[in-house]
Order: sequence, then structure tokens, then C-alpha cells
Amino acid sequence: MLEIKNLHAKVGDKEILKGINLTINDGEIHALMGTNGAGKSTLSNVIVGNPAYEVTEGTITFNGQDLLAMSTEERAHAGIFMSFQAPIEIPGVSMTNFMRAAVNARREALGKEPLKSTDFLKVMREKRKLVEIDQKLMNRSVNEGFSGGERKRNEIFQMAMLEPTFCILDETDSGLDVDALRIVAEGFNKLRTAETSAIVITHYQRLLDYIRPDFVHVLINGQIVKTGTAELAQQIEEQGFDWIKEELA
Amino acid sequence: MSNKNKNGKLDGDERRKPEHESNELVRRIAEKKYEFGFTTDVHTEIIDKGLNEDVIRLISAKKGEPDWLLQFRLEAYRYWLTQAQPTWGHVHLPEIDYQAISYYADPTAKKGTENKEQEIDPELMKTFDKLGIPLEERLALSGTAVDAVMDSVSVKTTFKEKLSEKGIIFCSISEAVKNHPNLVKQYLGSVVPPKDNYFAALNSAVFSDGSFVYIPKNTRCPMELSTYFRINARNTGQFERTLIVCDKGSYVSYLEGCTAPMRDENQLHAAIVEIVVMDNAEVKYSTVQNWYPGDNEGRGGVLNLVTKRGDLRGVNSKLSWTQVETGSAITWKYPSCVLRGDNSQAEFYSVAVTNNHQEADTGTKMIHLGKNTRSTIISKGISAGKSQNSYRGLVRVGKHADGARNYSSCDSLLLGSQCGAHTFPYMDIHNNTATVEHEATTSKINEEQLFYCNQRGISTEEAVGLIVNGYAKEVINKLPMEFAVEAQKLLSVSLEGTVG
Repeated sequence: MLEIKNLHAKVGDKEILKGINLTINDGEIHALMGTNGAGKSTLSNVIVGNPAYEVTEGTITFNGQDLLAMSTEERAHAGIFMSFQAPIEIPGVSMTNFMRAAVNARREALGKEPLKSTDFLKVMREKRKLVEIDQKLMNRSVNEGFSGGERKRNEIFQMAMLEPTFCILDETDSGLDVDALRIVAEGFNKLRTAETSAIVITHYQRLLDYIRPDFVHVLINGQIVKTGTAELAQQIEEQGFDWIKEELA
Repeated sequence: MSNKNKNGKLDGDERRKPEHESNELVRRIAEKKYEFGFTTDVHTEIIDKGLNEDVIRLISAKKGEPDWLLQFRLEAYRYWLTQAQPTWGHVHLPEIDYQAISYYADPTAKKGTENKEQEIDPELMKTFDKLGIPLEERLALSGTAVDAVMDSVSVKTTFKEKLSEKGIIFCSISEAVKNHPNLVKQYLGSVVPPKDNYFAALNSAVFSDGSFVYIPKNTRCPMELSTYFRINARNTGQFERTLIVCDKGSYVSYLEGCTAPMRDENQLHAAIVEIVVMDNAEVKYSTVQNWYPGDNEGRGGVLNLVTKRGDLRGVNSKLSWTQVETGSAITWKYPSCVLRGDNSQAEFYSVAVTNNHQEADTGTKMIHLGKNTRSTIISKGISAGKSQNSYRGLVRVGKHADGARNYSSCDSLLLGSQCGAHTFPYMDIHNNTATVEHEATTSKINEEQLFYCNQRGISTEEAVGLIVNGYAKEVINKLPMEFAVEAQKLLSVSLEGTVG
């Protein structure tokens, strides 16, 4: 469903991605690992359409559509979702209002009627249970005063509400204790359907114990230098990246 | 769906960067018409341009005023002549040619007849209908009585009879001068004296219509009272004068709305609002100001130069000003409270939005004179485009005001990088038992917040609307319900397309 060809991208004057090729089929989980600054977050941001990043070469197609020609919100409406590494605070906008705007914007794009308030609140209640997130947080401003763990859980809650078909989990495990990690990962697994595919960016094996990847890619210096199965992540956990760099040299 | 962030198409020329995008959006929105910018084609009797004592005598004669009021006007005029237009505001107030303005325009005058008691011109009725202010009582908003003022004259006041059953007087100030001269004489100029400031002196000399409200003792006004001000005629100034007296133990909620046609030249609106609040009485005064703001190049627009003040004369009296200011090329106003009565309480809640080339210098004065007086100031400034938005406020605590308390909070929100937000808080404290707190914040809607919303499928415009309404919520919640809904829409419309 998602096909990336020879993707080059830069932030400011700095080229970060230097020719990424990646195909992700329906239902597949791809783990993306790599050293800091290798381009993992850049790749995620380019896929979802962050205007701070500029694509200089290459293509991305999503279900046959030219993704790079679509606006950020159009990509969201098409079913792409990113769990942010550092979720953003929006003072003055309650989680409930924020979610209602997001859910109805997507429904409108899909030609559906907006959800009635009572129906919307019912859906909220169901999805909250799924990721075990406190109702109190829903009346607060988006991410304002949320703990690190609450923010990450809130990202997965939003994913539950928006029911995307393609997800990017950008270091969703960072800053989570063992229990929170389990809840977040299990939440994700419960939300997955046979068609849901995902890119999971992580530095650690432990998230992949819950979310089993079909493929593991190693990103170094803007390129995918090695691709393997779940065992590759295990190997990186034990030995780091130096042996891969040596192989390349 | 034309709002595309093509962050990365290969064909170079086609690629649009975010900057282009915001320009495109701003252009699109600027082309959108100011919703209330139409003019009404109605026979209007306009006196010759220019200002002198004869003009003042003419205005006074047209309104059939008693001599004391003519003398009040002339004295104000003579004082005004000795003064210069003030320059301390953080606005670029143009040199106003006071001789190029007509000081009286009457759209209700019938050709060749002096008789105004006959039916209202259907064109005027239609105009107010179009503004959402039906003047037929059966169509009116439930529970709201309206005094509709166009240019210098009150066109109609609704529900007068119903209110008079409770002894409440609600009419135009001209009518009040005729029918309740003693009340007017007692209170007019008692809160804002003619020599208070330059524009107050001008208004006192040439004021035309506005509303008069008197709530008798121990009466809770059963409906919202409101005045809708409309400027229509070209090259005229509007000099509104409103006087509200709320007697002991009474309550009234009063609303004010304003719009004007789109014109290339500036139009002057120099108003005075005076409020008197007696023992145990309470007045709520709400404004949604949507005067024509000028075009996106800064041409035209209303110069809104206003003196509003309430005198909390009685013990335990309460006054709250709530204002949503989105219009006018220049806004210069400080709805103020003199907390004279012991235990009196005053509030000022304000949202001021400036876009394009608009400039606003607005805030309040809280003058604590009585013991245990309390005031609260909540000001939210929102600036976009190339506009300048200033909060200016004074908290004064007199030496006898034991136990006075003030809490002020002034927040500024910036959209884009070419606008300015400024805060000028003044404090003048003469009693060491006073508690005065001031908090101020400045924030910016940043790209990251918008990106986060976009990623969740929310368009930039909707995101700005969400954020701005969230920001202004504390003030909007103070408005009566119908007004709150209008104000929310107005906020979003005023700021559409300001962030790309």
C-alpha cells in the first residue's frame, strides 16, 4: 500500500534522506532502527507531510495515490496517522473538542455526516477504555499538563479515535515505564486489523516484544543499509550498530 | 481542498512553499467581503459639513432641546477648541479634518415634511433585518429589547411599552431629553464630564443619538436591553451618547452592537457611555464591536474613539464590562470603573482582535475609592497580519480604599510575525492594605501546533479557529448566549487565513 522510491529530503540546507526505497504491504509491521540523526524521524515527517521538510527527489505512493501531492490533512483523511515522538500542547483547546474536530473533518472528507454529540461521546468512552486513559484528561487542553506517559497514551487514544490504516509510531516507547509500555503496545495491537500496516521507530527491543515486526530496517546516514526479520532487532539490542557499520565499510 | 501543502513535488515550478501558501490564503480571505459592508439607499437629511457654534445650535434646535443642554454643548465645544488631539495612544491616528465631517445625518427625515411620527421607511426596516436586528417586536430575538440607531438618529426602540409597565425607561437619549429632562439633567456628564478628554469634549458638543436607560429601585429588568449602532451616510461622524442609570437594588444587562458600510475614507465614531450604579445594584454591559475595519491595504475603516465609564456610586454595587472588539481601523477605548461605594465590585473582560492594518489601544481603568472594593481585569489580545494590538490599563487605589483588591491578567496571542502586541499596565497605589496582582503572557500560534492539527486531519483555518476560540473562551463565556455564538463566529471570520 505504501511505496517509497529513491526518496531524498532536506531540512533547511541539510540533506537528511539520501535515497530511501521501501515498500510496505497491507498488514505488515516494519520496524525502523538506527543511530540518532540517521533520518528516522525525517522519514516519518515526510510521509505525513510536515511542511518543515522538503522533498528534493523521489516519490511516495499510498494506495496508488501520489502522496506528495496531497496536503497534510488530506493524507490524514486518507488514513495516515503518526504518533508523535514529542506530542504538542495546544492551550485552550480541550481534548474533546480537538478530537471532535478531527473525527468530523475526516468524516466530511469521506462524505459522511458529522457524528452527533451523543454518538461521539459514546465512541470516546469506548476508545478510552481500550487504552486505559483517564476521562479527566479529556476535559483538559490538548497535552497540557499531561505527564510523559499520558501524552504517549493519548497519542494511541487518538489513533483509536481516527482508525487509520497506516500508522507511524515514532519512539512511542520512549519515556514509558514497563507497565505503560505494555498498555500502549497492547492498545495498538487491539486496534490493528488485518489491513493495518505500520512503521515502528524504536531504539529498543522491548517494544518489539509486544509489536512483532515482519521486517526490521536499519537506517544509517539517510539510507536503509540493512533489512532483516525480528532477529535483527535482537542482534542490535545485544551488539549495537557498529558491526553493521563495519560490514558496510 | 485547494489548501495543499505540496511539500515535495519534483517539478520545481509547481512546488508551492508554505510562504506562498499563506499569501495565497491571505489574498483569498482579503477578497472576501466584510459581511456588513452594504449601504442603505434612503433619503437622508444631512447638514452641511463643518463645525462651529451655529452647527451646534442647529443640532440642538433640530432635537428641540432645552437651553441648559445647548449651553452644556457650547461649553464643551469652547473647551474642545482649546485642546489638541491627543497623541499618546499606540496607534497612528490620522490628522482628522473636523471641518470635513457632517455632524448630523437623519435617515428618518421624510422629504418635504417634518413629521417623524409616521411609519418607518421600509428601507430602514430592511436594513436592520439584514443586520439580524428585526425591529418588529413579533420577530425580535426572544427577551431582547432594541434601540436601533442609524447615523445620528434612533430609528426605533422596541418593547418600550412593555418595559414601562415596570417603570423601566428605555428610549433614545433625544427622547429622554424631551420626556425625562430631570433625570437626564441629573446624570448627563456626571460620570464623564465634558472636559474629561478631547474626544469627550467633542462628543459633549455634538452628540446625537444613543440610548437612555433608567431602572427604578428594586427592579430586575426582565429582558436584555440593547442598542445597535449603524453608520450609513458618507462623510458623517457618529457621536453616540448612552446613559444608563441603575437605581438601588436593581439589575440590568445591556448589549451593544455596531457595524458600518465599506468605504475608502475613514469614518469617525466618537462616543460616550456613562453608567451609574446605585446601592446593591448590578449592571452588565456587553459590546460586540464590528465596525468596518478598512481593507487589507489599510484604506478606510472606522476610527473608534470612545470614552466609556461606570460610576459604582452605591455600596455593594457591581458593574461588568465585556467587550469583543474585532472591527474598526483604529480602536481607542478604555471602559472604566470608579469603585466609589464600599464593597463595590467591577470586572473588565476583553477580547480585542486586530488583523491587516488595524490598530487597537484598549484596556480599562479601575479607580478604587471605597473600602473593600474589588476589580478583575481579563484582557486577551489577538493580533494578526500587520496589525498592532495594545493593552493599556490603570489600577488606582485611593488612600481611603482599605482592603482594595485587583487582579489583572493580560494575554497576547500573535498570529504570524508581522504584527505587534504591547502591554502598558499602570499602577498607582496609595493604600498599603491593597492587594494588586498583575499577570501577563504572550504566545504565538506556532507551526508545530498547526502541523499537529493538520496531521489529525484538521485544516489550518479550523485549527486557528479552535485555538483562538479556546484562548478567548474565558471572555466569550461572559457574554449572553446569542451574543456568545455570534462572537465566536466573528472571531473565526476575522482571523481566517492569517496563518498559512
